[in-house]
Amino acid sequence: MNEFPKALKPADYATDQEVRWCPGCGDYAVLKAMKTVLADIGAKRENTVFVSGIGCSSRFPYYIDTYGFHTIHGRAPAIATGIMLANPDLDVWIITGDGDGLSIGGNHLMHLLRRNLNCQVLLFNNETYGLTKGQYSPTSRVKTRSPSTPAGSIDHPVDPAQFALGSGARFVARAVDTQIKQLVDVLKAAHAHRGAAFVEIFQNCIVFNEDVFDDFTARDKAAGNQVALQHGAPLVFGEDQTRALAFDPQTLGLSAIDVVPGDHKGALVHDAGNRNLAFALSQMTPPELPMAMGVLYDNPTEVYDVGANDASRKRALVDVMRSGFTWTVEPGAKAS
Amino acid sequence: MNNIQLQDAPRAAQDTRETVVVRIAGDSGDGIQVVGGQLGLTSALSGNDLETFPDYPSEVRAPVGTTYGVSAYQIHFGGRHIKTIGDEADMLVALNPAALITNLAIVRKGGRVLVDSGTFTARNLDKAGYAVSPLEDGSLDDYQVMAADISRLTLEATAELELGKKAALRCKNFWALGLVYWMFGRDRQPTRDWLQQKFTKAPDIAKANTAALDAGHVYGEAIEAAGEATSIAVPRAPMAAGLYRSVTGAEALAWGLAAAAELSDRKLVFASYPITPASPVLHTLARLKDIGVVTFQAEDEIAAVCAAIGAAYTGGLGVTSSSGPGISLKQEAIGLAVSTELPLIIVNTQRAGPSTGMPTKTEQSDLNQALFGRHGESPVPVLAARSPADCFEVAIEAGRIALTYMTPVILLSDGFVANASAPWQLPNMDEVERIKVKNHADPEGFSPFLRDPDTLARVWPVPGTPGLEHRIGGIEKDFASGHISYSPENHQKMTDIRAEKIAGIAKSIPALEPDQGETGGDLAIVGWGSTYGPISRAVTTMRAKGYKVSHIHLRHLNPFAANQTELLAGYAKVLVPELNTGQLLRQLKAEGVGHAEGLNKVSGQPFLVRELEQAIANIMGAV
Repeated sequence: MNEFPKALKPADYATDQEVRWCPGCGDYAVLKAMKTVLADIGAKRENTVFVSGIGCSSRFPYYIDTYGFHTIHGRAPAIATGIMLANPDLDVWIITGDGDGLSIGGNHLMHLLRRNLNCQVLLFNNETYGLTKGQYSPTSRVKTRSPSTPAGSIDHPVDPAQFALGSGARFVARAVDTQIKQLVDVLKAAHAHRGAAFVEIFQNCIVFNEDVFDDFTARDKAAGNQVALQHGAPLVFGEDQTRALAFDPQTLGLSAIDVVPGDHKGALVHDAGNRNLAFALSQMTPPELPMAMGVLYDNPTEVYDVGANDASRKRALVDVMRSGFTWTVEPGAKAS
Repeated sequence: MNNIQLQDAPRAAQDTRETVVVRIAGDSGDGIQVVGGQLGLTSALSGNDLETFPDYPSEVRAPVGTTYGVSAYQIHFGGRHIKTIGDEADMLVALNPAALITNLAIVRKGGRVLVDSGTFTARNLDKAGYAVSPLEDGSLDDYQVMAADISRLTLEATAELELGKKAALRCKNFWALGLVYWMFGRDRQPTRDWLQQKFTKAPDIAKANTAALDAGHVYGEAIEAAGEATSIAVPRAPMAAGLYRSVTGAEALAWGLAAAAELSDRKLVFASYPITPASPVLHTLARLKDIGVVTFQAEDEIAAVCAAIGAAYTGGLGVTSSSGPGISLKQEAIGLAVSTELPLIIVNTQRAGPSTGMPTKTEQSDLNQALFGRHGESPVPVLAARSPADCFEVAIEAGRIALTYMTPVILLSDGFVANASAPWQLPNMDEVERIKVKNHADPEGFSPFLRDPDTLARVWPVPGTPGLEHRIGGIEKDFASGHISYSPENHQKMTDIRAEKIAGIAKSIPALEPDQGETGGDLAIVGWGSTYGPISRAVTTMRAKGYKVSHIHLRHLNPFAANQTELLAGYAKVLVPELNTGQLLRQLKAEGVGHAEGLNKVSGQPFLVRELEQAIANIMGAV
């Protein structure tokens, strides 16, 4: 059945390194989910590379027993690009955070997504700079108090999913660190997508930004303030599945309507191939509308392919140097 | 003859000159570079050695007739080994008044000046800044002026083809070229063939340019017959037998990088961001996909170096290329390559700085940046190329060091070397030494920082290899295991070994010898990079006059050749000419060459041979 000599279990992807995130950090949950995903997809350790920048999340590669490169702040997408240029057959996972991926490295993330390199990008969003002790980040909401914004932040945040869609990403998804099943499903879908797959993971920083996502992740609020996206399924949510999303011609956006469970009349059906819908879903925020979770957009197109490989080698350097205008000086040619 | 005025200067007899410098200048739309290139090729075919340099305007499309829209091309050809583009021009071709006013200063007194008198209209004179036409006020009395209405003569020569005035006038560069060909006895056939091939799809354009070329030549024959001008013979140069082509420094460098990849069986991954004057390296390599070269135009300088590092981590030959400002941006990532001990080549085609500086002008002012531009203790080998052809060899040497020692290497070129061209004898690739480097494959006792006891290079475990899965990064690593380590003793040890590894490269560098002159003596001129040509010519000339002066030229700037300090100690005086304020000089003094003195110039212009000759004479006195 299995084409591998021995199927690897999640634990087989663990390294001997002591995990050094704060106790209770959401990153532990993501690490656990990732090992499950790697086992489920039968990832070959030697062909898998985790590349990260700098920040709490960027320590991730040390804890997965594959190839790993902990690089410099913001540059993981650029280094991963070089890895893929040199060997397009590797399975590359980029691990970044809201500061690493959207502030210092925002440029690289944009270009990796628009080029559509074949890899997965996991952006751990905790709306704070954890490793440098809690300054506000580019995803922090206005009025966030932090050591660098004692009176509250004044700049408007960027939304990671909207950034990714705007950059031309062909796969955009969201998941919550502690909702393991959803996270595993989303990561598998990201891996199955050919091209750059962007996943925003809402990750709870218990030290500097605890419960910042509580408005849609708290036990009592998740059902009402999250809509779990399933391609081809109606966009219903709520404790009893009595709410649904509908198209609002007035705003050219989405609105919430009441529906009868089992009868989804008037509810929109999720189409992961529809970019307009993905944008509309990405803009929803509680309490008015639920956070859209799962795969917002999945619409593959050609991946970045430099096309230079052994098969394309048609001539040698010496042929290049001899092409164009050349001349021969005969032996014995003397100064006249 | 119509329109020809040979002013004042006495008529010389049929002349023979060992070398000649021709400068062709005109509006950027006049096709100056094209005819300059043709003159270079036909001169090479005539058996001359030569060097050429294009002098483009900084503006992409400057208004017609303005001084800042002037494009020029200088060529020095002759019957001996040509090392520079020449201090001064023997002949200037100026296709409009702006070209004349901006280029006249470089013409030697008594030199020939060919102008298109048809462009000396009130409007063009005004644009160039002439109150009175220089053809009429005697200001050109020191030169042999040939004023021909090239515009009209070109229209007449191409009239049969009925191209329309605008298209016909575009042929006047070839008319001027025809006259230059007559003057130096150049064969027109290669250019006729080139035109035919170039304009296969527009045969009338090929015909018109050929007609203009021939008309210019006939004009020369006619004035010669009329005794109004003489042609000049330039003898063949002694050239080694073999297959040649013309090559710019940027091309040779690009091919040298491709050669390093071929010699080491690596995929070349070249990542770069556009910047003057470095971009031609990217352009050259971008055309080599069919030999397996991967080029990547990154979103910025940082992404470019990072992509090259990613490629190196994956087993490729990662290269990035830029000019000074871009290198500044790459420095943090170069530090990562130092820390992770990955092979990487960083090419810096230097330009005049600081900041945007003068992007099209040349300087050697980034040596300090190459040596010291990073944070932390992060030694990096530095090499410099001295001529267009040398770029090929130095690129291979950069590859050898990077791959053998698992280290980033900075290769310094400059705007002058990159854009200059010269004949280049094609190397026999079978005779070039291969670069022996292999991926680590053995999982037994593996750690990513296992080292070769001789070179101290770490092993190169490449993704895709079973059993060698490992994690590396910019955090300090344990000497033995390669895991993260904050141990004080370990950091000291790793710092020391990284330094020792780079210093140890000196063992693989050939002993330094004088390029010219005796080992030991009264005076050594020590240069690096593109000052090679002017220094070499000046030393040759001065030695012929009896001065006992030696020329020593450095390719390796970090580490230095092991015998360098000892060699330099053998000279009573050491003069270090540099196009900066003394960056190599400072290093030499730090290495114990306390008696070295600098000769420095930071004007965006290369040294003139006569400046160096003067400096030698000043130091050594009369002989």
